[in-house]
Amino acid sequence: MSETPAQNRDTGADSTDWPLWEVFVRSRRGLSHTHAGSLHAPDAELALRNARDVYTRRGEGVSLWVVPSAAITASSPDEKDPFFEPAADKPYRHPTFYEIPEGVKHL
Amino acid sequence: MTQTDRQTQTTAAALALGDDALVLSHRLGEWIGHAPVLEEEVALANIALDLLGQARVLLSLVGDEDELAYLREERSFRNLHLVEQPNGDFAHTIARQLCFSAYQHLLYERLAHADTVFTPLATKAVKEIAYHLDHARQWTLRLGDGTDESHTRMQNAVDALWRFTGEMFQPLPGLTIDWQDLRDSWTKTVTGVLGEATLTVPTGPQTGAWSAGAGRQGLHTEPFGRMLAEMQHLHRSHPGASW
Repeated sequence: MSETPAQNRDTGADSTDWPLWEVFVRSRRGLSHTHAGSLHAPDAELALRNARDVYTRRGEGVSLWVVPSAAITASSPDEKDPFFEPAADKPYRHPTFYEIPEGVKHL
Repeated sequence: MTQTDRQTQTTAAALALGDDALVLSHRLGEWIGHAPVLEEEVALANIALDLLGQARVLLSLVGDEDELAYLREERSFRNLHLVEQPNGDFAHTIARQLCFSAYQHLLYERLAHADTVFTPLATKAVKEIAYHLDHARQWTLRLGDGTDESHTRMQNAVDALWRFTGEMFQPLPGLTIDWQDLRDSWTKTVTGVLGEATLTVPTGPQTGAWSAGAGRQGLHTEPFGRMLAEMQHLHRSHPGASW
């Protein structure tokens, strides 16, 4: 690699300069986009291309979304109990009182 | 022309195209561990692997792919000067890719529509190359129309590599292609991207003083010998090694 001037690595942009993007992959038509991971990219167009290279190289997808990580509002782990526990003792919210008809998939 | 002559020409064309793909693949592979960011490293490695796949098919039309890649001397390689140029900075790598992918895309599109021994490969490869070209275009736009520093570097890269672009349009006898039409389309594509990227299309010559089809005749630029030494070293030190 003696031909690559050392300056490349010194002046190359650090990936921490680039915003983080969350990647969602739709594995086939009819299914929803699923979170696959995250990556750095300077803008949305390149984020899409990076996502193509990082997350769909083995034919995993037919469609990609990228979303700026900063645009996601997430629930806080500290609020886990008030957020989620009240749902635990309300079995009538679960559709467990029905027989699932034969032949219905993806339910 | 006899059947044998035609066969010889086809083999020579396969060797030239195969060497282009092999040598550029190796150059791009040199970025692994050195690319500015991980995501870009993956992108360059992906392109390198696509090219390596093309090289394997093409060299297999000529003979044993490993022997051809690892045991030939510099003078037996038929690749373009453009693809053997060192990576330089990232802008040089992108400029080289833009020039080559634009050429390869146009050429393979034509080969995909002709009925030759190259048709199956070209049909598959043209989709890969469309992505390589898009990748190079996206980066050319961002570097050219970016900061003063990136603009200067991108312009320097295009200027430095321009004199290697004329060789691409030297007709390869085994291929029935309208080379002038290919050249016109290439110029339109590349000058279009450079203009959009606010870069100046170089006015200098597209061939060096002594380089009339030089790479295609086995005469290479000085950095190629060193690249070859690195590429062939392992195979030559441990013949027949496998893992």
